[in-house]
Order: sequence, then structure tokens, then C-alpha cells
Amino acid sequence: MAEMQSMVPPPAIALQGVQVNFPIYYGGSRSLKKSILFKSSAGRIARDANHLLIEALRDITLTLEPGDRLALIGANGAGKTTLLRVLAGIYEPTAGNATISGRISPMFDIGLGIDAELSGYENIRLRGLILGLSPREIDVKLAEIGEFTELGDYLHMPVRTYSSGMMLRLTFAASTCFDPEILLMDEWILAGDANFLQKAHNRLKAFVVKASIFVLASHNLDLCSKWCTHGLWMEQGRAKMYGPIDEVIAAYTTTVGG
Amino acid sequence: MGKPLMNIQNLAKAAPTGAIEHRPIIDNRVSPARAAILDVLSGFSHWPLWTRLAWLEIAQKYRRSILGPFWITASTAIMTISLGVIYSNLFKTDINEFIPYLSVGLIVWGFIGSIITEAGSVFISAQGYITQIRLPFSLYIYRFVWTRLIIFGHNFVIYLGVIAYFRMPLGPQLLLTIPGLVLFTLNAAFVSTYLGMSSLRFRDVPQIINSLFQIVLFVTPIFWKPEMLGTNSRLVAFNPFFHLIEVVRAPLLGHVPATENYAVVALLTIVNFLIAAFFFVKFRRRITYWI
Repeated sequence: MAEMQSMVPPPAIALQGVQVNFPIYYGGSRSLKKSILFKSSAGRIARDANHLLIEALRDITLTLEPGDRLALIGANGAGKTTLLRVLAGIYEPTAGNATISGRISPMFDIGLGIDAELSGYENIRLRGLILGLSPREIDVKLAEIGEFTELGDYLHMPVRTYSSGMMLRLTFAASTCFDPEILLMDEWILAGDANFLQKAHNRLKAFVVKASIFVLASHNLDLCSKWCTHGLWMEQGRAKMYGPIDEVIAAYTTTVGG
Repeated sequence: MGKPLMNIQNLAKAAPTGAIEHRPIIDNRVSPARAAILDVLSGFSHWPLWTRLAWLEIAQKYRRSILGPFWITASTAIMTISLGVIYSNLFKTDINEFIPYLSVGLIVWGFIGSIITEAGSVFISAQGYITQIRLPFSLYIYRFVWTRLIIFGHNFVIYLGVIAYFRMPLGPQLLLTIPGLVLFTLNAAFVSTYLGMSSLRFRDVPQIINSLFQIVLFVTPIFWKPEMLGTNSRLVAFNPFFHLIEVVRAPLLGHVPATENYAVVALLTIVNFLIAAFFFVKFRRRITYWI
């Protein structure tokens, strides 16, 4: 096992001068008509009409290695979610470099790909495929996931018959079913009813601890200081402050709260 | 602007479980062409996912209906029989010859037409996936083409019925269907790549295609035969869809397609490939931004 590990580079994230600009296509600017017309009428209007941009991230440089636990802190619209999406490989930077190696577990929408007409088991399989597991790996995990959900025979029923609590158990169990390397979380995922909550907490803790690299974007500063060792305070797409989590939170609360 | 450099050794390291061989490595410094090729390859290796999604898409549409996906077959069959009877009278042709011609034409057209009219939604309909998780973009193309092939397979039942009913003689020409279908599939993948991408960026594109494409159905020999044009029958040679249809329809009817058909389709495949490659290499990274 040790030999095998040594052949694989450890999970790592390196961002250098990363910039992300979102083009805003409002109503007409998306249409071909506008695009063709503005191409012919040269100059400023064209630029104004076609290049309305939101600078979501500006000059972000970040290196994460195995063992790192980073909290992204900042107001709404500061770029936390966008940065997480860059780390997940969803957005490729408009400028700058991003290299990410390792199996990425994005915990953004844990209900992604849920098909209401399929049974619980079939949804677990589908979820596993989406997360990049092979059918064989899923077969190995299936019993354990099923057991964790405590849904019993309901797992053979279409999930449209589930209550929202049952649904949460299913999606939560399926999303935390394998060992993550790079775990990205947009707000702490909390699951279910009181009975399930403690169990879910324990599973989630184990899941986070197992992750080699963990990045959490959250408004809950208590959770950030509990789970992360470092903090990145973002403001208007820029990194305003980086350092040990306590220092960053202290600085952030004095500015924002005080 | 700090340069974070962290290294905390005492925390448990993840032991990579399985999947070591397809460990994802994201690096936006690799050339767009190389990234595009990697995307196409890794997309293909996700076949358990895209074949599953394709089946689910079809199942979703026909869920809890008795015939299921065979409703597609039934509606094509009904259309073939009713149009066959009317048109063979209208054109005063032998129904025994016309119905096989019409049915095979409609089955083949069903595939081509659905690719072109629905390619615009390839990426638009995958919004949920694209913005939530990184998967190869080619995966959505494979999924789309596979869905269309499954439906084509369901319609193929009609062909078997036609063979049996009209006791059509089957020869070795039938084998030529295979290269025809390969050409179909390649063109379908290429066309849906560039139509899917341009429709994502410019939302008028699907509308433009749909309105133009209705005409194509009528100017392409499906309901009528080229010979019916009399002295002007050579006109159909200018219609690329005619050649495309012929490379599959002719073998299914027991004929060998003309060399001209293959030449045009080969050229078409190359052109489609070049356009698709241009789009995919140049704009692949913009797909998420266009959503």
C-alpha cells in the first residue's frame, strides 16, 4: 500500500494569480442578432454591450497540501463560492494558473442527479457514478450506505415516496460514502431529524478528518474555527487576509462586527 | 496578499481508495488542444455513467406507460403505414415497394432529424451537472448520441416487421449498414458538439435550426423518390442529407450505396469534424461561463 501511494503524487492545489470574470448575458446580449449587429458597428458600444463582466475573483494565489484545512470567510458575493468552484475544477480561471491533483469531492449540491422515479439503491448507484466511482466500487459500498440510511425496505421504493427527511438521509449517505481526498464544502452540510443528526455528525466528522485537503466556505465562524486551521478572508474577489484561523476570524469580526 | 503555504503533518492522510488510475489532475496550463483530447478520452471512459443517463432520459419520458420506449416505435409505425398508403396512391407507385422505402427512410430520418433539432439542448439541459461537478464535457455528447442511438434501435423493430411482411430478399449488402451507421454516429457526435456549444452561447440558434430544418424534410427524398423528379432527378445530389440517408437506407433496402454517396458523406464527416474540433478546442473552457 505504501509503495502504491508513493507512485501517486499527493493531493495538492496550487492557484497562481487566478482571476475569474463572469460575462453577464442579459436578455438581448445573448442573442445572435446583437452579436452580429454589434460586430459590424465597431467600437465602444460593442465593447459595452458584449463585455459586461463581473470580476468574481482577482489575483488569488493559494497553495494547499495534504493536511491543510482552509476556511473561506467573507460577506456574500465576496467570491467564496466562486473560489470553491475553481478548486472543484468547474470554472477554469480566465487568467492565472490552477493545478489541482487528487480526487475532488464537491459537496455543493448533494442532491445532484437524484431521480425521483428510481429506487433508493439505484439513486445511490447513480450518485456513485457521478462522483467518479466504478460500478464495482459502488457495489462494495452499497450495503454499508444502505445500512447507514436506516431506510430498510424503502431503499427498494422510488424515492418520490420518501419524506424530505428520508431523502436527506439518502443523499447524505450517498455523498459521504467514499474517502475524499480534496473535500470542498459550501456551507456545512447538516442532515436530518434529531435521531439521525448525531449519527450524521459523526459520519461527517470522520469524512472531513479523512480528507487530505479540506476547504470550507461558511458564514458560521464557530464551524470555521472548529474545523479549519487557516482562514482566507475574501473581499470583493480578492484575498484580504490569510493566516491562522483565529487571527483571521479576530480581524474579520473586529472589522465586520465592530 | 499573502501566499499561503501550509503543511500540517499530524492530521490523518487519506488513503486513496481505488480509482488511482483515473485520478483527476486539473491543470489549466496544458494546451487547449491537449485538454480537448483528454476530455474526449476521459469522457468516453465514463461510459457507465453516460449509458445510464441515456437510459434514464428515455425511461423518464415513458415511465409507467405500458409500451414504454416502444411508443416511439408505435408512432413511427402508424405514420409509416398511413403515409405509405396515401403516398403510394398519390404517386401511383407500387405499395410493396414504397412502404419499405418510406419506412426505412423515416427511421433513418428520425435519427438524423432528432440529432439536429435536439443538439441545441445538449449542454443547456446539463446545466445542473456542469455547474455542480467537474465532468468531461464530452460526456454530455456521448450521452446525447447514445440516447438517440437507443431510440433508433427501438425504431429498428419496424424494419424487421417490414422485412417479414414484404418478404424482402436480404443479401450481403445489408452488411454495408454497419459502416453507414458508423458514419452516422461520428457525424452525430461532431454536429451535436458545435450545435450544442453555439446554442449555449446564442440561445437563438436552436430556434433558427428548427425553422430551417423543417424545409429539409420536404426537399429530401424520404416521402418521394429522386426518380419522381423526372429529368431533374440529379437535383437531389446537391442535398447532403440525401447522401447521408442513402449510406444507411440503400443497404437496408438491399442496394449498394453509390460511390458518390460515400464520397459526399466522407467529405461531410471531415468538415463536421473540423468544425467540431475548432469549437471544442477553442471554446471548451468557456462552456461553464456560458451557462
